[in-house]
Amino acid sequence: MSLTNLLSAESIQQIDREVAKYPAEQSRSAVMGALRIAQTEKRFLTNELIEAVALYLNIAPMAAYEVATFYNMYDMKPVGKYKLTVCTNLPCALSGGYTTADYLKQKLGIGFNETTADGKFTLKEGECMGACGYAPVMLVNNHSMCNHMTPEAIDKKLAELE
Amino acid sequence: MTVYVKGVVFGDVDFDNPDCWRLEEYVKRGGYAALKKIINEKISQDDIIAEMKTSSLRGRGGAGFPTGLKWSFMPRSFPGQKYLVCNTDEGEPGTFKDLDIIVYNPHALIEGMIIGGYAMGITVGYNYIHGEVFEAYQRFEEALEEARAAGFLGDNILGSDFSFQLHAHHGYGAYICGEETALLESLEGKKGQPRFKPPFPASFGLYGKPTTINNTETFASVPYIVREGGQKFLELGKPNNGGTKLFSVSGHVNRPGNYEIPLGTPFADLLEMCGGMRDGKKLKAVIPGGSSAPVLPADIMMQCTMDYDSIAKAGSMLGSGAVIVMDETVSMVSALERLSYFYHEESCGQCTPCREGTGWLYRVVHRIAKGEGRPEDLDLLSRVGDNIAGRTICALGDAAVFPVRGMLKHFRHEFEDLIKDAQTAKPL
Ligand SMILES: Cc1cc2nc3c(=O)[nH]c(=O)nc-3n(C[C@H](O)[C@H](O)[C@H](O)COP(=O)(O)O)c2cc1C
Ligand code: SF4
Ligand code: FES
Repeated sequence: MSLTNLLSAESIQQIDREVAKYPAEQSRSAVMGALRIAQTEKRFLTNELIEAVALYLNIAPMAAYEVATFYNMYDMKPVGKYKLTVCTNLPCALSGGYTTADYLKQKLGIGFNETTADGKFTLKEGECMGACGYAPVMLVNNHSMCNHMTPEAIDKKLAELE
Repeated sequence: MTVYVKGVVFGDVDFDNPDCWRLEEYVKRGGYAALKKIINEKISQDDIIAEMKTSSLRGRGGAGFPTGLKWSFMPRSFPGQKYLVCNTDEGEPGTFKDLDIIVYNPHALIEGMIIGGYAMGITVGYNYIHGEVFEAYQRFEEALEEARAAGFLGDNILGSDFSFQLHAHHGYGAYICGEETALLESLEGKKGQPRFKPPFPASFGLYGKPTTINNTETFASVPYIVREGGQKFLELGKPNNGGTKLFSVSGHVNRPGNYEIPLGTPFADLLEMCGGMRDGKKLKAVIPGGSSAPVLPADIMMQCTMDYDSIAKAGSMLGSGAVIVMDETVSMVSALERLSYFYHEESCGQCTPCREGTGWLYRVVHRIAKGEGRPEDLDLLSRVGDNIAGRTICALGDAAVFPVRGMLKHFRHEFEDLIKDAQTAKPL
């Protein structure tokens, strides 16, 4: 199916803006942005979606597939409505990163790379997000960063995520 | 906001003002004056590059390469397209300075890149932004729009015949893309796998064209140098280590954050600015330049000044300026275990010594940390390290080995104790 049938007009517009950033013969450069936009709308990437992105950018499906599998933030498998990624790298760990991770595991009743039975939350372990000054740090659905994620802050955040 | 002491880059940014990042506020603080000066006075490319050399600005991305010299490598009369690239892929654990730059003072970076483009005769630039900071990427896009609308960016800048287009590219989670040639591959829409060098980006860069790559903080320092002069910048720091530098301090201090201080400031002073050690604990060790830098024990660190030369003399490196502070409660084995896991995870897998070696390093440190180490493991770690360092396409291999060597040099006894007595294990 063509990408214009799979994604909203708004997403297509965003992808076109990405394409315009690069020289006309280098549409491949827009593949990272296009996959991100597609994933944001559909929550995770299916082979069909990846192929449609490739077709839209006029690149080989394999080229898009390679990118989708290389970068950590693309999800190739279904994830919950909210994907929570907790940073446990050393700087965060020194300021409670593992406490945050353990608290989330206990509260949600799942481990890393698991999704709650109701399909609401997926928990992931992340690497340094370049925000260690705000440790412990957690990312919601790849794009929304939450700072100083103490257990109290987690309670508050989870209550907000409906 | 995490900036507590301001220098060249953050100047008079008023963090309490939610609009401090906007163009209007930037101009009020003297922003874009350097660009106007260059255009109005028709300052020559050679003069700008000479000023950069005088400043002794060294690349803030990790390697500390002199920026003026790098700019002079760009073939200025090359007939085809050339590119200017900024590295905001800040992923070196402990580093969080570039994030604050694009969030609170993005126009300093934009102005620095425009000046770079002018000085090297480049008309197109990209800023590659770390995947995990999407909101900062959006902020930067907005700042670009402001600069275009004001005529600082785009065609015929300020009515001159100089044009410069700048775009943001958003990464999506791969530490290796901080390495400059992996970054270029990624910008081309490919897997972020580093290229063999030579050829270097100055001759074969983005889309095979001559390309100059600098770190965010490097570019953001340029307007000051042009406005105030290279000599003044140099004098802020010390010879061969010009200017102020952002230090991202994390770990066991009372006030983690970014401190923009003159190069050459004693570490003891920096620690004091951070409010000292958290909970009154004793300082045990510091990783002074991001996770790839060898650890230094407290007594050596307290004698160091924060500049490239002093930290190198102490056997480590200033790197990206990420200062990870650890108190007496931290097990160095557990700290190393976490870092080794990181490098193993982030190896792009292209070269065997790195792909296999980082796995070995992690597994051996992991079993020691669990209390299952064997007496011969420490020699094994050294041997595996020797088989990686200097034998790989990019410096991630070395970056994985340096922390191991540093830990074994200064804290070998902790590893030995843990191998003898599993009870001493202490996870992070
Ligand atoms: C594994 C690896 C990761 C790197 N990560 C970064 C990074 O996140 N940001 C950065 O500016 N430089 C990073 N570098 C250094 C870049 O390759 C390059 O030297 C730098 O961007 C040049 O800019 P500068 O001269 O202004 O420092 C990394 C290098 C390696 C080997
Ligand atoms: S050293 Fe490691 S990260 Fe660098 S190119 Fe080789 S395998 Fe990839
Ligand atoms: S270590 Fe967690 S954001 Fe850097």
